[in-house]
Amino acid sequence: MEIIEKKVIEILKKYTPNNSVWEHFMLQNNLTRDLKINSARIVDIILDIEEEYKIEISNTEIEKVTNVQEVVKLISTKTAQ
Amino acid sequence: MKRVVVTGMGTVSPNGHDLAAFNWGIREGISGIRFIDELAALNFRCRVGGVPVLSEDQKTILTTYGLLESSAYLQYSLLAGLEAWRDAGFEMPEPMGGDVQYDTGSIIGTGFAAMDIKGKKLVPAIDSGQIKKLRSDLVEQVMINAPTTLLTKVLALGNMNFTNSNACATGTDAILMAAQHIKCGNARRMLAGGADAYSPYYWGLFDAMRILSPEFNDRPHEASRPMSASACGFVPGAGAAILVLEEAESALERKAEIYGEIAGGHMNTGGQRNGGSMTAANNEAIVRCITLALQNAGTVPEEVDYISGHLTATKADATEILNWKTALHCTYDNFPKINSLKSLTGHLLGAAGAMETAASLLQIKGGFVHGNINCSDLHPGIAEAVSTQSIPGKTQEKIINCALKASFGFGDVNSCLVLKKFIP
Repeated sequence: MEIIEKKVIEILKKYTPNNSVWEHFMLQNNLTRDLKINSARIVDIILDIEEEYKIEISNTEIEKVTNVQEVVKLISTKTAQ
Repeated sequence: MKRVVVTGMGTVSPNGHDLAAFNWGIREGISGIRFIDELAALNFRCRVGGVPVLSEDQKTILTTYGLLESSAYLQYSLLAGLEAWRDAGFEMPEPMGGDVQYDTGSIIGTGFAAMDIKGKKLVPAIDSGQIKKLRSDLVEQVMINAPTTLLTKVLALGNMNFTNSNACATGTDAILMAAQHIKCGNARRMLAGGADAYSPYYWGLFDAMRILSPEFNDRPHEASRPMSASACGFVPGAGAAILVLEEAESALERKAEIYGEIAGGHMNTGGQRNGGSMTAANNEAIVRCITLALQNAGTVPEEVDYISGHLTATKADATEILNWKTALHCTYDNFPKINSLKSLTGHLLGAAGAMETAASLLQIKGGFVHGNINCSDLHPGIAEAVSTQSIPGKTQEKIINCALKASFGFGDVNSCLVLKKFIP
């Protein structure tokens, strides 16, 4: 889990507008509201994750994910399959 | 009707990466034309072009906005837009913060938009079935209104947001339309200009038509030769020029530096009749465009003391001079000073009219007429029509009170601006 967390944060950092959003970071942070990620970039984050973990994430799965913890959980479930 | 002045300018030109460098470039007659290896590798007849060389600071700005790998026309637009904004004396708003500027809009034109990215990224990715590679931000570069949309976001602009395209007249049109928008009281300020990128994917179209200069590949600085007897086609170029147009009242109120006034102008076409075609101009329409521009500005031909010509270095140059002569009722001796920026930068296509307007305003403010390089062998038709006194080879100090900037484009389209020294 911790390794996935680290990787996800590394990917997300490419898409956050500035470093200040990470100052009080919590896993419960919402991707767009708290981390200020442009909603158009969510698809790029999914692509990065798919490439990194060699998994396919469906549209329904994307819609259910809103915060960082959920992203981590989704990856760990998918890679365990 | 409101009066409209220019209070800020930003330029990314082949002969100067920013406004200060461009001002220096035109004063000193610096050519921005270079040999381009890629054009040689692709078997182009014309292997030279005017492509801006960005500074490290400009690259840092592009990195900040995530645009280092994006289409050059979007990069140039952002850099020119931000430079113009700061030059006009405005602060940059906080990213995603600050009030929406409902009284400020933008009109930025382009001839060919993101052809570079379409050719290098979009088409190859789609054709090879690798649609995933496109990611989300390509649409923001490839859509034709990418520059205005980007500047709207960065500067929180809330008025009219518009992208125009009208061949070589694009940049001139954008400035005229933005001025009219302010004149009518619909906005206090407008960003206006044009941008185009370097890309073999559309420069090749002109090369195939044999209208580009093929004979000076070994002497790039001599390749762009408007008004010369040895002119053999235009040299393509890339860049962007964006101006901040502002209600005179507002500019005076905030004691802004003023480059000059956009006194009026006119746009028309020759309907591809009476000698006009896709590639040739209906001369009657050109004369009419200039005449109506002067009328629109409440000016008479005798007031004009400087012309920024379209003058691309094709056989149309001599005809253009005759058209100016007719429209301004001039004789051999009293023709105004005229120059062609294209001798220094090449033809910036959708950005040409905007860059040449910026150059005209720098000349009005600086009190000089920049020199025409590469036309010491004046075209006989031009030498016969007007005195060489009117066509300076080297930069001359001169007070300009009234300037005309016209663009005549592919498809028989015309656009003419009347620019004046601003007198409150």
